[in-house]
Amino acid sequence: MSAATAQAAGPPPTAPGPGTAQAAPRRTAGRRRLTPYLLLLAGVAWLLVFFVAPMVYQASTSVQTGSLDKGFKVTWHVATYWDALREYWPHFLRSLLYSGIATAACLAIGYPLAYMIAFRAGRWRNVVLVLVIAPFFTSFLIRTLAWETILADQGPVVRFLNRVHVLDVTAWLHVTQGDRVLATPLAVVCGLTYNFLPFMILPLYTSLERIDGKLHEAAGDLYATPFTTFRKVTFPLSLPGVVAGTLLTFIPASGDYINAELLGSTNQKMIGNVIQSQFLRVLDYPTAAALSFILMAAILAIVTVYIRRAGTEELV
Amino acid sequence: MTTAPTAEPGDAVRLTGLSRTYGSFTAVHPLDLAVPAGSFFALLGASGCGKTTTLRMIAGLEEPTTGTVALGGRDVTALPPYKRPVNTVFQNYALFPHLDIHENVAFGLRRRGIKSVAKQVAEMLELVQLGGLARRKPHQLSGGQQQRVAVARALINKPEVLLLDEPLGALDLKLRRQMQLELKRIQTEVGITFIHVTHDQEEAMTMADTVAVMNAGRVEQLGAPADLYENPGSTFVANFLGTSNLIEAEVTGTSGGDIQLVAAGQRLTLPAARCAAEVAAGGRVLAGIRPEKVALTHRDDEDSVAEGRNRVPGRIVDSSYIGVSTQYVIDSPVCPELEVFVPNVERDGRLVPGAPVVLHWNPAHTFGLDAAQDIDAGIDADAEEAAA
Amino acid sequence: MQTRPMRWLCRNIVVIAGVLALGYLILPNLVVLAFSFNKPKGRFNYTWNHFSTDAWQHPCGVADMCGSLTLSLRLAVYATLGATVLGTMTAFALARYRFRGRAATNLLIFLPMAMPEVVMGASLGTLFLNMRIRFGFWTILIAHIMFCMSFVVVAVKARIMSMDPRLEQAAQDLYATPAQTFLRITLPLAAPGIAAGALLSFALSFDDYIITSFNAGSTVTFPMFVWGSAQRGTPVQVNVIGTAMFAVAVLLVVAGQLVGGRRRGARS
Repeated sequence: MSAATAQAAGPPPTAPGPGTAQAAPRRTAGRRRLTPYLLLLAGVAWLLVFFVAPMVYQASTSVQTGSLDKGFKVTWHVATYWDALREYWPHFLRSLLYSGIATAACLAIGYPLAYMIAFRAGRWRNVVLVLVIAPFFTSFLIRTLAWETILADQGPVVRFLNRVHVLDVTAWLHVTQGDRVLATPLAVVCGLTYNFLPFMILPLYTSLERIDGKLHEAAGDLYATPFTTFRKVTFPLSLPGVVAGTLLTFIPASGDYINAELLGSTNQKMIGNVIQSQFLRVLDYPTAAALSFILMAAILAIVTVYIRRAGTEELV
Repeated sequence: MTTAPTAEPGDAVRLTGLSRTYGSFTAVHPLDLAVPAGSFFALLGASGCGKTTTLRMIAGLEEPTTGTVALGGRDVTALPPYKRPVNTVFQNYALFPHLDIHENVAFGLRRRGIKSVAKQVAEMLELVQLGGLARRKPHQLSGGQQQRVAVARALINKPEVLLLDEPLGALDLKLRRQMQLELKRIQTEVGITFIHVTHDQEEAMTMADTVAVMNAGRVEQLGAPADLYENPGSTFVANFLGTSNLIEAEVTGTSGGDIQLVAAGQRLTLPAARCAAEVAAGGRVLAGIRPEKVALTHRDDEDSVAEGRNRVPGRIVDSSYIGVSTQYVIDSPVCPELEVFVPNVERDGRLVPGAPVVLHWNPAHTFGLDAAQDIDAGIDADAEEAAA
Repeated sequence: MQTRPMRWLCRNIVVIAGVLALGYLILPNLVVLAFSFNKPKGRFNYTWNHFSTDAWQHPCGVADMCGSLTLSLRLAVYATLGATVLGTMTAFALARYRFRGRAATNLLIFLPMAMPEVVMGASLGTLFLNMRIRFGFWTILIAHIMFCMSFVVVAVKARIMSMDPRLEQAAQDLYATPAQTFLRITLPLAAPGIAAGALLSFALSFDDYIITSFNAGSTVTFPMFVWGSAQRGTPVQVNVIGTAMFAVAVLLVVAGQLVGGRRRGARS
């Protein structure tokens, strides 16, 4: 639209002639203005009652004291936060570390796969996509338990890794212990990576798929080697997918406790395990609430910094 | 500049004081327009000139800020689109992708509760030469075929007025030519009033009986294509419709039915009847001449030019051979870039860049415009459209 | 000097890495499939003993397992219905209207997806606990609809935003009332998005363990059954169910792809 041309048109608009009638008032103006709110009513109400309200309630719980028998009261006991942090800081650290490494591993493993589906799979594209999505529809608990079988102490995988002395290296790095893989950090990170890989691949694929294959040819035509083409064209264009994928992986992974529980030992417990046991076993609700809020705050801070750095704020 | 709405009963569409503003931007200034029933009417202009907004207000898809829309003498301003007896052929067609061709064409009939549509749909598909494709989905059709479906889908409802919004914009040049004739044939056959919005001046002139040239939310000029081309009323129309050479000249006097002008020492004659501006001796005026009406003679043969013709000296700057004619750009004291189209009948080998020439034409072909306007108005309008 | 195999390797390194990654993704499913035919020596189905189709012949041979399975399926159906209806309405409001509070609503939809499940589960659990609401089917259902809804909104919203608004205008131009336009044009065109959101809801609800564990009380869903059995020794039947789910999922996705493919083609 060339508004400039329109405005350069000279004389101001003439007053409407005698035959001019005012346009009829919008027939359904009132109803139209209400429509979006009516549509939103149920969904937003649901989220307000069952998502926002619990959060607010959780905030108040975190500053309560008391016991299950005598009931809890808001006493503004902020020390709960301090105590929780002092006692469980290793779990926090471990959560962020494990989920950070798992996210990086997901990116490293998922990117080639997403790239392959987008550009190299040809007529196998849909088949591969199905294979990526289908496990997502199978119980992830069962699949995580399968890792127990795969990494079992006397299983072929561990025996092979032992034979080629990979386990010696990993043990030296303190990510495994002796000739075991199960009940070590390696197993937990491996499980996390596996579990959240589809969350990385799908956004990556979506953003890669939008890239016109001709751009690769154009870059090649302009003297870029395949690697330079990737570095200067493909990767920057797939950044929205990278950002979305890392967030979709990191956030749930940092709160996860299934992998630590099934594949790790007490030395690999993450913050999710602590929250779960405080809530369901110890029944110390204020501590569970405080831990939840610390986790949320940590994730929020990391995500905010990350999005700022990545420069994409259009994720919603 | 617009036609006053006369209360003729034969008007299919009458717009009265119709306008549309978006915030502080006026897309359409209050507009009065009457479209006679059975005519093929074109709204021509560059993108953003308000032509599509006008069309959408007639269809009811856009709410006018002021004014009324009357169809066949009935005020329909307050009616929603689905209650107006008009149908639209949308830009990019807007065919329903989940319905086949038959169901697309039958859509309007079914919405009005007509049960047995098979015969009508078949006839309509015959009319647009798409019999046998009824069960295809829109995406299985070529661009030209989709365009025909869009026309059939609208026409089957026998609307009082058919609105076409850049219907040929997505087609390539050859197909566009073919569809122009096709649409013209259909219009003659069904006798429905067509209002056609386009930015392509050639398309408007080929198809329409009456063309309204729109610029910046106003109708600049309205008339039959030949009339607009021969007697443009403003520099915008002169430049937007084809090409014009506009020479700024001073009025020296009038004699008989002619106005005498002088530009850079050259005396020119302009028929007073073809001057759109008020003139007085000493005033300025723009003398216009279409490039194909100018003849080119080498300076050596200047004596062979007949007396009484307007003549201007110059030098060839550039020439391009385009088959039917050769187009010259000429640097002249009266204007640095005069264009001349010379039919390739008997080519003078001396007419090459650098050659001194005399341009001359029959004074009766000169038209006059108000010199107060922007002399370049409308020149880039088409280029803008292409870039958009 | 590059030899021919080296060049081949360089050219196909991405494909090789991709196939390896795919293997990593599929391996557990293959293990689940293989061990569904195992006859374990002890209680734990971790090492291969010998081939048997016992578990496939008696899939419900384990106490409580099939009960929890039907409960999970029932939950997933209801949660999908609820989340799809609420999510679709919300998506329409967000995609089609400009209104006050739109940005806040977008944020409200985004937050549940950006929240660790353990936080959401614990919060909702605390609320129910303090409201003295009895944990059970309904509390789980409420939680599931809550966290599935956002995913439906995102899927449907994306679909609606990519739709050509001229199609609806064309329908109105062709005498369709707003209600008819919605039923005949808008809804069919938005259907793939709604279906994708529903499918995702079903999968998320059926598979959820973390949020459910905070809101289930003594009710046992299938994931909770698997979790419990992992401590005591997982019955082979769990592998049977896992494999069957995988097969159904593949069939569903393939069917979805076929339908989606036709639809996608239809969207010129």
